[in-house]
Amino acid sequence: MSDTAQRAAGTIDGRPPGGPPPGSALGGLRRAAVFAGRQRELTVLVVVILLVVYFGFLSSGVGSFFTRVNLINLSQIAAPIVIIALGEVPLLICGEIDLSPGFVYAFAPFLMYFLIVYHGVPVLAAIVISLLMGLVVGWVNGFLTVTLGIPSFIATLGTGFVLYGITLTSSNATQATPTTNSVGIGKWIGGYGFAEIAWAFALAVICHVVLTRTRWGLHTIAVGGNQLGAREAGINVARIKYGNFMVSGLLGAFVGLQIAFQTSVIDPNAGGYQPMFYSVAAAVIGGTAMLGGSGTIIGAFLGSIMLAVLTDGFNVIGISAYPLNEIFGGAILIAMIANIQLARLRATGRAR
Amino acid sequence: MTTADPGGPVWPGDPGWPGETPGQPDGLDDLSVPADVSSGAGTSSWADPNDVLRVEHLSKRFGPLTALVDVNLHLAQGEILGLIGDNGAGKSTLLKILCGFQAPDTGRIVINGQQVALKSVDHARSLGIDAVYQDLALINQLSVYHNMFLNRERVRWPLLNNRSMRQTARRYLDELGVNIPSVDSQVASLSGGQRQAIAVARAVYSDAKILLLDEPLAAMGAKEVALILDVVRDLKRRGDVSIIVIAHNYGQVLEICDRVNLLQHGRIALDKRSSETSVQELNDIVVAEYRRALLERQRPA
Repeated sequence: MSDTAQRAAGTIDGRPPGGPPPGSALGGLRRAAVFAGRQRELTVLVVVILLVVYFGFLSSGVGSFFTRVNLINLSQIAAPIVIIALGEVPLLICGEIDLSPGFVYAFAPFLMYFLIVYHGVPVLAAIVISLLMGLVVGWVNGFLTVTLGIPSFIATLGTGFVLYGITLTSSNATQATPTTNSVGIGKWIGGYGFAEIAWAFALAVICHVVLTRTRWGLHTIAVGGNQLGAREAGINVARIKYGNFMVSGLLGAFVGLQIAFQTSVIDPNAGGYQPMFYSVAAAVIGGTAMLGGSGTIIGAFLGSIMLAVLTDGFNVIGISAYPLNEIFGGAILIAMIANIQLARLRATGRAR
Repeated sequence: MTTADPGGPVWPGDPGWPGETPGQPDGLDDLSVPADVSSGAGTSSWADPNDVLRVEHLSKRFGPLTALVDVNLHLAQGEILGLIGDNGAGKSTLLKILCGFQAPDTGRIVINGQQVALKSVDHARSLGIDAVYQDLALINQLSVYHNMFLNRERVRWPLLNNRSMRQTARRYLDELGVNIPSVDSQVASLSGGQRQAIAVARAVYSDAKILLLDEPLAAMGAKEVALILDVVRDLKRRGDVSIIVIAHNYGQVLEICDRVNLLQHGRIALDKRSSETSVQELNDIVVAEYRRALLERQRPA
């Protein structure tokens, strides 16, 4: 996380760069706390670093965390959370949520497979069509939510179920393997060890710039912050929401293809709700407001890394899968409590 | 009524402010609009070829609720028209129609002699109509300068030109004498008056030729009221902007407006030049109407 990026995140919120004006020496500590509170992402970053230090140097798994195999494993846990979160953050900011990317994720590689095997479609075209399918699902979500006025929680729940059904019936609930002619391209999509995290990082940079530095991002925040006001200012609210749903669908499809190439298995039961919930949790841990209006890509990225480090770290130190969930839930709650308390501190800092 | 002239305004509370001496020239009257426009609502003779905006037989219903029945209204080049009326008289509805936010059920809107069907806020803006809404349409989570350029952002494709927007916003607000900590501040952290001032500044500097101000003086301290009135007067002197102001304070309306229209039960019930009426008269009409309605309700069925 670079300093510039931090400042960029601050600018979009209108927070002036740098801390509060200098005061007495006594206030120094408080100023530091307020400053840390202002940089929501900073707290998550500190937690990530502490977790890495713990799993890397202090725990019983010393020596196995920083191996190449484990770092690849860690990155492959983190990348899908990051990429789906990149779709969820703008949606959460404009006051919506998408529960369906996990099901787009399951269906996309099957669509690619069917197109190649049964319809003789060239590999690249099949991949593009699968990605377009994600866009279409996003469009449908937008149509249900914006045009028909169904709350997005229910609308995307519905499309998710429908997609799951389509995946199960079309695949007859059996696994498939990516065709041999697609593996070459597949390596670049998700087959190589660090391919996924590289994509995740590149996409995160793009999404961050779009959210903080373009009209689209500004209007997304405006729609979430004051929908009526945005409409009165002439912003096309429907277009913003449709667009963000479509991006979420597209990213869901992309993750599905990545996982298929990474694991060399196309699994009808892959995806589901879990990736989406991880991503929403990551976004919220990173400071995205569930009620819309604010949120950052950097925060969601760090939140995703945090969840991935936790998952992978407990794996490395050999804790059984059962207590892992307790620790996981606890970590999410602690992160949220810290966030809210720091937000209060932030408000105090602003009032002064 | 008041002795105000563009050089020496008289403020509410000052000694010279709304006397009960109607009919006195107020120094803002040197317009080409014919003087015989009073109480001409409903007829067609009031229309003047110089009108930048003309509204004819406008009506609007919301389900069982009739907001506007038959509104006729005109606005001359460089004129400031005060629109008054009690809560629920349909003032805000009329404004939202004029700025393209809502479509009327029936009626004509004529801008610069051309009949138009305002399709959207953007469309109205492209025709030079802009509004400051009662709810201000500010985004709390965004900075002052992003709010001032909302949906009119300066872009160095594909990125926002934040530097240019920041500098210009600062210059505009300085010109208006609006005192805010920084154009980088989140709007959420500002006071009601500051928010109002930013919304007005945004509309004023949007190059609008027809400006619609919905209660621009609500939630303002005395100093901020003076500030906004000064701004309106400035625009008046420039002469290229025509303004419709909705306000509750009749004194302030008569102070800055050339002409006053009273909206009652979805119709224009009174159309007089500011110099020909007074706070007293406007008050009397509104109160009389209230008493009449009250009596009607109390009459045994």
